[in-house]
Amino acid sequence: MTGAPLTAAALLAAALATIGIGVYGIRLSRTTSDFLVASRSIGPQWNAAAISGEYLSAASFLGVAGLIAKYGADALWYPVGFTAGYLALLLFVAAPLRRSGAYTVPDFAEFRLGSPRLRKIAMLVVVVICVFYLVPQYQGAGLALKTLLGLPVWVGPLAVGAIVIVNVVGGGMRSITFVQAFQYWLKLTAIAVPALALAVLFVRDGANLDAPLPPTVLQQTTVTVETDVVVQVAEPAGIRITGDVDGQRVADTPFASPGRYTLGRGSTLTLAAGAATPVVAGAPSTGSDWIASGRGLGGSHPLYQVLSIIVATFLGTMGLPHVLVRFYTNPDGRAARRTALAVIALLSLFYLFPTLLGVFARQFVPQLLITGTSDAAVLLLPSAAISGGVGAVLAALVAAGAIAAFLATSSGLLVSIAGALSTDVLRGRVRDFRVAALIGGLVPIPLALLASSLELSRSVGLAFAVAASTLCPLLVLGIWWRGLTSVGAASGLAVGGVSSGVATTLAITGGIDDRLLGGWPAAIVGYPAAITVPLAFLTMVVVSRVTASSRPPDVASVFARMHVPEGLGMGVERLPRS
Amino acid sequence: MTRPQRERVILAKRRGARVIRTRVEVQEQTQVGDALVRGLVRAQLGLALRLAAVVVCAVAAIPLLMGMFPEIAEVHVLGIRLNWLILAVLVYPVLYGVGRLYVRLAEQGEKDFVRVVDGEP
Repeated sequence: MTGAPLTAAALLAAALATIGIGVYGIRLSRTTSDFLVASRSIGPQWNAAAISGEYLSAASFLGVAGLIAKYGADALWYPVGFTAGYLALLLFVAAPLRRSGAYTVPDFAEFRLGSPRLRKIAMLVVVVICVFYLVPQYQGAGLALKTLLGLPVWVGPLAVGAIVIVNVVGGGMRSITFVQAFQYWLKLTAIAVPALALAVLFVRDGANLDAPLPPTVLQQTTVTVETDVVVQVAEPAGIRITGDVDGQRVADTPFASPGRYTLGRGSTLTLAAGAATPVVAGAPSTGSDWIASGRGLGGSHPLYQVLSIIVATFLGTMGLPHVLVRFYTNPDGRAARRTALAVIALLSLFYLFPTLLGVFARQFVPQLLITGTSDAAVLLLPSAAISGGVGAVLAALVAAGAIAAFLATSSGLLVSIAGALSTDVLRGRVRDFRVAALIGGLVPIPLALLASSLELSRSVGLAFAVAASTLCPLLVLGIWWRGLTSVGAASGLAVGGVSSGVATTLAITGGIDDRLLGGWPAAIVGYPAAITVPLAFLTMVVVSRVTASSRPPDVASVFARMHVPEGLGMGVERLPRS
Repeated sequence: MTRPQRERVILAKRRGARVIRTRVEVQEQTQVGDALVRGLVRAQLGLALRLAAVVVCAVAAIPLLMGMFPEIAEVHVLGIRLNWLILAVLVYPVLYGVGRLYVRLAEQGEKDFVRVVDGEP
């Protein structure tokens, strides 16, 4: 552990830089508009970097590589969907949403449909999505500090929570913009440099990733099992185990034959150099299974899983409050479009590297596949593959990037929670914003410690599913369909929100037995979007048709405001009442 | 509670002393103005839907084709399997390209709208 002080220093430096830039921004923040929408003065380039910096969360920085290492080709859909979401946002939402002049999503709902009650429901949905999204960020922080420094799991959520609360309470949107733009470039550097360094090694050594055997460890490795786990052993040679196998105590014995074994908590496996790694049950064990498409992400019905991930991620991005709120900071609709386009470019560049790291993880740290905690892959890779000082420096760099990921996304989410709570529940003053930020930052901490942790990308994928089933239909139908009524919108939000919310809650608290009814209930709960998104759209359309008499009378002028380009005298900026 | 929403009004760009009638029609929601706005909305939605359909068909085809004909995915290009090459690299430029095309066409549509409204040739 010679790298530990260096890693700790890098973590501290990234956190201090975040606070420092935030403090610089605080001096620029004065009015409520500064706090909520940075006075609508951020140009496309700063804004795109800030959106990407905010968007690339623990799920992208750690989770994507981990999922790819574990499940292979089908996990590639997550980064593709995370990027494609911005194309959907660009096509259907960006410019009209900015031209509506709203300052939060609930404000848009009231602007479009004129119903204060709908505004309250939308506010509730915003808070729920943000909390679902904050929990995995805090969990990622706990995992990172535990993996890197051996600290207890609760330290991470507490530390990240404290830093973002200070930042958001201090400066709101104006200061967050600088912080997040800086964090995009930090994260890109922190993931690209190790990925390229490992690529050199990978090409030099050569690898056979589509072999009919599981990956093999390069040197003797000892792994301790921390929670009970079922593993598939394909090739028992070279593996010795001490502890609890299928309920029986054993000491330094090999597995008798290939097959499935339940390893008890506290067991240790010793793998000799060149031994084939056992793989957690549900993940593809052999290289040829891993590299092929169509095997899903564990569990049954892989094609359904993939389609559902596509629906959730493609449509979920446009329903993420912390992303939408950044589009309100653009000066006009054209800038909003250009911002979305620039984000697609920045994300495309970024996601090349987690994909590479995921592949390398299978080569260099296959032992992570035993316990299934593949989210730690990115953190462990540099020091495992490159020995000595270079490896330690790269590990410290990755650690700094990871902390930037937690901080950026959590700050953005917290600004959204605080914006929605302070203007819709409290009275919309700067002081209310600060109180709301404090509450919103504290609540997810206990949740992060209680919830069972799915892989980070999967829990974030579930937050996307909730967003895609609620705010996405509200925005798309609200922007393009004159027939939407406030009752229809509220029913759709309720149906989509409850169905996807219940599924998400079940999934993160343990899921459903995969053997029930041919695996469909487990698949739907784990990947609800393919069912709940069409359900929400359908509810909104049908109920709006039934209540067509209650269409808002000013729909024509609302549509003109959203769609007519600036410069024709239609623009009106909404500000919170005070 | 029933106090009206506070609003900041942004004035139109000055266009000299002459007030153009169509512009007022759009602003004041006369029938002509409303028809113009409906036309704009329809054109922009049509554009977005067409491009989205292209992307969705292309993207949905990937898992379906690979599910039906697994041998496609096993083709190697430059030493990388085709399924990985498509999903890890090639999709991204396609997404960006479609986005860029949309920005160009949508801005063109808006320019046409402003030209009609301002009655310029």
